[in-house]
Amino acid sequence: MKVCDLAQAQADFSPHWEHFTHGADIGVRGIGTTREEAFEQAAIALVAVITDPALVVSRQEIVVECQATDSEVLLVDWLNTLIYEMAVRGMVFGRFAVRLEGIRLHGRAWGEEVDVARHEPAVEVKGATYTSLLVGQNLDGSWVAQCVVDV
Amino acid sequence: METALLKRVSESEWQIEPHGKMRVPAILFASEDLIRDMDAKVYEQIVNVAALPGIQKAAYAMPDAHWGYGFPIGGVAAFDPDEGGVISAGGVGFDISCGVRTLLTGLNAEDLPPIKQSLADALYRHIPAGVGSRGLLNLTDGQLDEMLVDGAQWALRLGYGTANDLERTEERGRMDGAQPEVVCDFAKNRQRREMGTLGSGNHYLEVQQVVAIFDEPSANSFGIREGDIVVSVHCGSRGLGHQIGTEFLRDMAAQAAGYGIELPDRELACAPIRSPIGEKYLGAMRAAINCALANRQIITHLVRRAFAEVVPRAELTVLYDVSHNTCKVEQHQVDGQAKQVFIHRKGATRAFGPNHPAIPEALRATGQPVLIGGTMGTASYILVGTQESERQAFSSSCHGAGRQMSRHQATKQWRGRQLIDELAGRGILIRSPSARGVAEEAPGAYKDVNAVVEASEKAGLSRRVARLEPVICVKG
Repeated sequence: MKVCDLAQAQADFSPHWEHFTHGADIGVRGIGTTREEAFEQAAIALVAVITDPALVVSRQEIVVECQATDSEVLLVDWLNTLIYEMAVRGMVFGRFAVRLEGIRLHGRAWGEEVDVARHEPAVEVKGATYTSLLVGQNLDGSWVAQCVVDV
Repeated sequence: METALLKRVSESEWQIEPHGKMRVPAILFASEDLIRDMDAKVYEQIVNVAALPGIQKAAYAMPDAHWGYGFPIGGVAAFDPDEGGVISAGGVGFDISCGVRTLLTGLNAEDLPPIKQSLADALYRHIPAGVGSRGLLNLTDGQLDEMLVDGAQWALRLGYGTANDLERTEERGRMDGAQPEVVCDFAKNRQRREMGTLGSGNHYLEVQQVVAIFDEPSANSFGIREGDIVVSVHCGSRGLGHQIGTEFLRDMAAQAAGYGIELPDRELACAPIRSPIGEKYLGAMRAAINCALANRQIITHLVRRAFAEVVPRAELTVLYDVSHNTCKVEQHQVDGQAKQVFIHRKGATRAFGPNHPAIPEALRATGQPVLIGGTMGTASYILVGTQESERQAFSSSCHGAGRQMSRHQATKQWRGRQLIDELAGRGILIRSPSARGVAEEAPGAYKDVNAVVEASEKAGLSRRVARLEPVICVKG
């Protein structure tokens, strides 16, 4: 991560998400007071690549479980699991809840079937990658979870 | 990229001498301008590729090279299994067997004006594109496995095409050695309802006009004349290929150290060709190639349906179908010796010269068609493989323009609706479910494809045959 990006990430402590540019590709970043919140926000950032998350109505709840060798691979797995669930269900999610036990993740996602007219999805996200992958805590105590996604 | 980092070999060839852990040199084919515009990361990535075990001759970067996951896009590298050679999921790319298929229509520019709008609408109606779109089929487990083994030949059995289509498709539409049993259920589930869909992002279906011929004899052999209308489809193995790429990259990265492979970048994940995971990846990747070939075959069928509805006298025949994200076993000359190598082409197109046995008989004397994709407002090209290309880069050439601007920058600069109107003013009809998607794919977000093909020709990688310009574009 570039220093300026990190400084930007540190500036706002409350849970939020943002996109960052990596060459011609797009990165998703979640920031929160806990690792869980950072993972939840990163998922919203992922959805924001596809559509405006505020347009997604929480009609259906999906439960997902992931396990990985470390926290960073776990983030990639979490995002890839969401991409998979959205693809096979023809859904888009807008809200998330994450509970972490070490390197195990229990997640819930709420959303609805893709409605092309209402969601106007811009692009399919094909996968989360290891590029610019980072899960860590800033000096101010806030958590950052980020990686580049392939579209 | 700084030209000072490179040794200039000729007007369009640059070399990085082996240093550090590099086992072979790295060679970049490009004009000076293209080198200057090239992402500095390409240098780092091609140097990393040159350090992989068992690499032959050199690591190559095509004129459209840009940063990719692990390997640069536009990267070519061959490996010998007898010398500990590796196979890399990142070296093939996530969208396995993404490629271009071009169809001749028998129509010319004069036929188009009265039918253009209705043809654009019919194509958009018949070809599922974009997020959440579904194909006509919902495959059972058995059908999925058959598709993964037989590719476009499977699609033909369902009535989606003709024998001539296969003749004009790489591998005759069926990649040998596919192993559906090593493709995980996640990948299969993702594909079950996606057959015959275009996808989104830089994938498209275009109706194009031949606006210039550079090489008359080759154009004659390919059946194209100035003013002809053709259709090009750019897409790959959809969700299945991506799921395979993601999972093998993860597993190869975890196992690399066990094989004594030091990875400078996790996404350069690879394994010895002769290892359980290497062999498993090969079986899965070949299944994904079949998926892409079947997908483009079904889309061909849907394009024919759309044309039949609007202009029944059009006769759509396949000119050629070639992929640009693959790893294939081919025979090449290495140090004066014929060798079987595993050649990775990631964002690079195979470009066999005249008389290669893999080229369809009718085109063999001419050379293999190399299909170069453009973007909505810019040109595409049909090139032909050359004898020289074999010596230059294991018979490989460029694949397209490549992005030069992020999606975010593009949406800041263009509004989708406005762009659609502007292109309509230039006679290019866009059909897409998403205005934002169109803005993100704005032609200005891509590099100049003309400079890329010119450099490919100067470097002897391929030769220009025809330039095409879009008239209708369906985007996901």
